[in-house]
Amino acid sequence: MKQKYERPTIRKMNTGLMNKFGTRTDFDPVETIDGVQVKSLVAEYGSPVFVLSEKQIRRNYQAAVRSFKTRYPKVQFAWSYKTNYLNAVCRVFHQEGSWAEVVSGFEYHKALGNGVAGNQIIFNGPDKKEADLTLAVENHSLIHIDHYDELYLLIDICKRINKTAKVAIRVNFDTGVYPIWDRFGFNYENGQAWAAINKIITAENLELVGLHCHIGTFMLSTAAYSVAATKLCDLAMRCKMELQNPVQYLDLGGGFPSTNTLKGAYLPGVDTVPSVEDFAEAITNTILNFGFAADELPLLILESGRVLIDDAGYLVGSVLANKRLSDGRRATILDFGINILFTSNWYDHKISVAKEAGQYTEETVLFGPLCMNIDVVRESITLPLLERGDQVVVHKVGAYNMTQWMQFINMRPAVVLIDMQGKSHQIRKPETLAYLEMMEEIPEYLK
Amino acid sequence: MYVSPDLNKTESLTIAVTGLNANDNPGPGLAVIRALRAGFGENIRIIGLAYETLEPAIYLRDQVDKTYRIPYPTAGAGALKARIKEIQEIEKIDVLIPNFDAELYNFIKIAPDLLQMGIHSFLPSHQQLEQRDKVNLAKFGEKHGFNVPDEGVVFTASEIDNIASKFGFPLMVKGKFYEAHTTLNSADAHRAFHKLHAKWGLPVILQKFIKGTEINIAGLGDGKGNAISVIPMRKLYITEKGKAWAGITIEDEKLITLAKDFAKATIWKGGFELEIMREDNGSLYIMEVNPRFPAWVYLTVAAGQNQPKALVDLALGRPTDDMNTYKAGKMFIRYAWDNIVDVEEFQKLSAFGEL
Amino acid sequence: MKLKANIATSENGFIFNPATGDSFTSNAIAAEILGYMKSGGSEEEIKKKILENYDVEPNQFERDWDDYMLQLKEANLLDL
Repeated sequence: MKQKYERPTIRKMNTGLMNKFGTRTDFDPVETIDGVQVKSLVAEYGSPVFVLSEKQIRRNYQAAVRSFKTRYPKVQFAWSYKTNYLNAVCRVFHQEGSWAEVVSGFEYHKALGNGVAGNQIIFNGPDKKEADLTLAVENHSLIHIDHYDELYLLIDICKRINKTAKVAIRVNFDTGVYPIWDRFGFNYENGQAWAAINKIITAENLELVGLHCHIGTFMLSTAAYSVAATKLCDLAMRCKMELQNPVQYLDLGGGFPSTNTLKGAYLPGVDTVPSVEDFAEAITNTILNFGFAADELPLLILESGRVLIDDAGYLVGSVLANKRLSDGRRATILDFGINILFTSNWYDHKISVAKEAGQYTEETVLFGPLCMNIDVVRESITLPLLERGDQVVVHKVGAYNMTQWMQFINMRPAVVLIDMQGKSHQIRKPETLAYLEMMEEIPEYLK
Repeated sequence: MYVSPDLNKTESLTIAVTGLNANDNPGPGLAVIRALRAGFGENIRIIGLAYETLEPAIYLRDQVDKTYRIPYPTAGAGALKARIKEIQEIEKIDVLIPNFDAELYNFIKIAPDLLQMGIHSFLPSHQQLEQRDKVNLAKFGEKHGFNVPDEGVVFTASEIDNIASKFGFPLMVKGKFYEAHTTLNSADAHRAFHKLHAKWGLPVILQKFIKGTEINIAGLGDGKGNAISVIPMRKLYITEKGKAWAGITIEDEKLITLAKDFAKATIWKGGFELEIMREDNGSLYIMEVNPRFPAWVYLTVAAGQNQPKALVDLALGRPTDDMNTYKAGKMFIRYAWDNIVDVEEFQKLSAFGEL
Repeated sequence: MKLKANIATSENGFIFNPATGDSFTSNAIAAEILGYMKSGGSEEEIKKKILENYDVEPNQFERDWDDYMLQLKEANLLDL
């Protein structure tokens, strides 16, 4: 019986920062996802492949809802389509009771296609086409106005089709977190938001039903949400007292972070990122203590995306090659890169090997497969010795990757959902050349 | 010098200590160990917890009985907990005293788990840690009525001149995490801003320059609002990195009151160090608050109040000794000593993580 | 491919280069190869031994051998 082989390697003592006593937990292999063998996923769906855990999605959703509902009587979540708009994913959220939050015409149509009632679709964003707005008015969707041009366009549309639109305005303000996202919506501090509200109240065919804000993304401060909630409450109270138009809901938007570790952060995200509970505490305390009568408390809407799905997503890939760089550093080339793992631009993703490996580790750079210098997955990571064909598992990739991915040099891979029973389903096929060329047309003279 | 109560004489204590980097920017570990040995005598076993293989105190075998390497703070609380658990299966640690700012967040996080393993600690809360942080110090001073240097937080270079005209020059320009420059004019301040922005990101902190005498105070808060020991020390010799290389205990009610007020306002739990600037007119400014014992903490023993021993007593829920008086005029003069070690010891620690 | 004369290796896989003061750790197979090199084994002999004893394809090992020699060279442990 021959001995188990591992490639020969030496390491200088006291050089690199990490030692093997440092990150042992990261070296634990991830051989299965929700009970399904990583190896069998690759055999069935190819490599790389995105894998989503339905169990984790539902668990996240239910935990988030519980965090808010145990503190506040009226809560509604609206799934942020741009975070991951694969229909199977959206339908899981809608089954759980989530509304839809969309920021473009095609997302709006996707939500309708997924069976969401018109009055449970929130239409956000600075780019709403006239036809989409018209449809949204007819469907009684909640239109969150971003700027004056949209406000006037909406007034025109309503007049023309003789319908009333249910609207809110998006408000931006200083919450003590910089930069301020003042490019979206109407500013609170300079009075613009109040002026827009007055304009809506006087417009015949607009019904002001809510107030909306979205203060940023990957927010690490719960205090900022207290400030935001206070300012929205203030506007809501003035709507009631000064304009006799109480609003039905406050939409605090999204922005809660997942537990990924941001590049440059000293401590890992799992230890430092506030939990949904913490955010819920900050937001609901503020609203409950603002002075609304108990029966006049507005509905609280949340548009969380990232925090509900990031840790339910995995990317499984394979090692293409090992090489040594000019300065002696080890480099590993993988079959996925920034083309499909867009978030590696701002996270140090946790990456595990997919099979039991030796105790010996080495520091390596992880490159993607593109022939582009910027295609780096991790600048430095300590991993067991990898060989060509070995699989790795990237953690917490469920948010934004499956919407911001690029079809560049390589096609986009399959996406698989593992259901509650541990059965895998392909929810998006790997792209093909035929798919890619489907939209192309060749002028007659080039044929 | 110190007579321990009888109850400590019979049983033996195992105490784990970090911060063994007794180098030119020293961690307090070795001073804490020396204080513990002075306080508990023979009945003590010291476990060193080290990040680097070249932390000098590891190799002082008469001070540190055994050393284990632990994961860097960046590896997270989970990795730290797992490693301490491994160590605890071999050693029976009674009390753990972390001594690095950067590791405190994780140790505070796993403190309940440590207690379950039988390891006691005596640490501030995350909230206490946060409020004394450099970027929050101005707010902290305002809230509790302490003098802290006026500060402006800037995100763009265009904000500098406005604040500089308020504070005047010289002006301190400080990075978000580390590094500070004393600037003499607007051009200087702009240059420092861009440098710090590039290195540490935004915001950059502008701080009013305070001229005066540098005094440090070592204290121990009982977590109920009392500072049970306070020892002020004036720096006599300062290294290039601004660390005291020699200092002397001084007597000044105002300083002691300030430290007691600090402990009361924060309900501080654990060791702390206040870095104070005393202006010529006698006003005291808190320049920085360190959430742990200082590297010169052995001077508290020499002056008559053994703060590390008292911390261990507090951690174990034992009564502490009265520490009402101390000797002014006790000096410490640090010195460097070349300890000789064979390469095998270094290799052993590198490869197996313990020595 | 000859190891420098005075390189010290230990059973635990430690390597110490007295000329530079550098210390290294090695995994088991790397230490084994070093041992063969120290006792004067030729490249062919060493490769043969490893292929006999370990579960590895010759092609794979050939690649890893080259990489290992590169590491030893980088580490200043080879007499060139």
